[in-house]
Amino acid sequence: MAKTPKKNAEGYLRMYRQMVRIRTFEDNANQLYLDAKMPGLTHMYSGQEAVAVGICEALEVTDKITSTHRGHGHCVAKGAEFREMFCELLGKEEGYCRGKGGSMHIADQSNGNLGANAIVGGSMGIATGSALRAKLQRADDVTVCFFGDGATAQGLMYEVMNMAALWKLPVIYACENNGYSEYTRTEEIAAGSITARAEAFGIEAHPVDGQDVLAVNKLATDLVARARKGEGPFFIELMTYRYHGHHVGDINRTYYRSKEEEAEWKETRDPITLFGAWLTKEGIAAEDELSALRDAVKTEAKDAVAYALAAPYPDGSEVDMHVYAEAS
Amino acid sequence: MRSITLSQAVNEAIAEEMRRDETVFLIGEDVAEAGTPFKVTSGLVEEFGTDRVIDTPIAEPGFMGLAVGAAMTGARPVVDLMFGDFLYLVMDQLCNQAAKTHYMSGGKLKVPLVLRTNLGATRRSAAQHSQSLQALVAHIPGLKVAMPSSAYEAKGLMKTAIRDDNPVVIFEDKLMYQDKALVPEEEYLIPFGEANVLREGDDVTLVGTSSMRQVCEKAAEILASEGISAEVIDPRTIVPLDEDTLLASARKTSRVIVVDEGHQSYGVTAEIAARINEKAFYHLDAPVIRMGAMDVPVPFSPALEDLTVPTPDGVAENARKLMSGEMIHAA
Repeated sequence: MAKTPKKNAEGYLRMYRQMVRIRTFEDNANQLYLDAKMPGLTHMYSGQEAVAVGICEALEVTDKITSTHRGHGHCVAKGAEFREMFCELLGKEEGYCRGKGGSMHIADQSNGNLGANAIVGGSMGIATGSALRAKLQRADDVTVCFFGDGATAQGLMYEVMNMAALWKLPVIYACENNGYSEYTRTEEIAAGSITARAEAFGIEAHPVDGQDVLAVNKLATDLVARARKGEGPFFIELMTYRYHGHHVGDINRTYYRSKEEEAEWKETRDPITLFGAWLTKEGIAAEDELSALRDAVKTEAKDAVAYALAAPYPDGSEVDMHVYAEAS
Repeated sequence: MRSITLSQAVNEAIAEEMRRDETVFLIGEDVAEAGTPFKVTSGLVEEFGTDRVIDTPIAEPGFMGLAVGAAMTGARPVVDLMFGDFLYLVMDQLCNQAAKTHYMSGGKLKVPLVLRTNLGATRRSAAQHSQSLQALVAHIPGLKVAMPSSAYEAKGLMKTAIRDDNPVVIFEDKLMYQDKALVPEEEYLIPFGEANVLREGDDVTLVGTSSMRQVCEKAAEILASEGISAEVIDPRTIVPLDEDTLLASARKTSRVIVVDEGHQSYGVTAEIAARINEKAFYHLDAPVIRMGAMDVPVPFSPALEDLTVPTPDGVAENARKLMSGEMIHAA
């Protein structure tokens, strides 16, 4: 684990808890799919928790993020509640989007989450536009654009990075390189270096171990502060790993990825296990405390799932509501 | 009342709204010092500065995406898309992002932006700078679509669009930028969804969008000289569409021709004709006639291009056939 300048027990435990919350949320979401209780499909974030948590812990509530189809982790890390999230996954009225968005479109404006996006790379313009607005209105918020290695193949990324660099916008492009672009290895879709692409625009780019929450958080804290001062944009490539398939239904995947590779990442590179070991080694928390924390989160998730399963669907009269915003 | 060009009217509308609301900004290719190729935005950068009149690289999806994000977080961008044909470049940002964000977020997020662009053939610009693509965006729930037919409409509709909390696409006819009309000095807005009956008549209704309004008005003159009384209606916005005014006219005259410069197949004319057929069928003496652009890519040669768009003579000819019953027998 990376060295940290000072011991901040409360902050470390919050990061640990948020990572556990993401993993636990995903375990429950996957089970809802396996039990055929969830409509449609969903994309699991498990394995990448240190990315979302390391970055979002460096942000204020007023800072903005844009997310992806694999967005539950960003949503939790930016402050969302389990109940509203599970309700949204199940298409219930009390969901963050009243059941109109589902897993791939959760937006939580109250915490600055501008929404997950089901078009790969589709939110890069939105994130950069949010940063343009901040600059024009002299607001001091920073926007983080989460996207995967697959999205680096989209042309939009290069159009908006060009403008962000020209106009020094307070945006941080966070590329989560989980090694796979849907069902294809990243080496097969990405030529050259991903960080060099950002550097070509004069954007300072940093690779970082995406399984090390402290390293991610340290880098993000520094870049967010600098972006706030007008030194942006920045680019981060976070090397990480996706434990599940592209989506929950992608079960038989040995044709593109071996079980041995998956097992190795889980056994030796798991971000929660690694950070838990560091917390106990540094004397910040005992293993039984961490175990109690994990159990409490499991209970929280179980209660939220039960609540969401029992919650009502939206009334049919809502189907044509919110197509157009009413005059304010 | 003074007479100003459509170009000046749009310029005034944007300037007035930028003065009124500091969250409004203009973004697009060559909108600042160049004032766009049609000189519509000339002078704005001198008044509002480069922070609010933003020249972009040639990157339509990119600046469209920026506008969506800015709109979602509290700004009101006016996006300048140099040619309507470039809509194809911005379709994901416009139709997958801007149009759906309010709905997908359960009403939490809003995208108050204006995309101003143009339509219209016969400028000898060939197939990639001459299209009229309003039907494409009118098909997408969540977008509003305005089609000003003169300088007066261009100003009033633009001001309404900028104040609207939804993404609005405005199509200006690029051949009309120098056309003058009477425009009040004092402020006015034109509400969306209110058609304008420009000329009352009893025998046939001519519905014309954008510059097809003038085509219909000229056709009505020709018909009047032959004793045929034509009513002319400009819908002004096709989303929302003022169905009541169109249906009332159809019930009165019992014959309708719908004229729009988009391709005829699956077009704006088809939608309006279908609604009139569905809701005024028993009042009609003849089928509703669609007149759109020919279903061909717009050709370059003047000898060919002029054949592709509706003309006053063509509209008048169809009106005569409706009156004589020839259309019914053809069907």
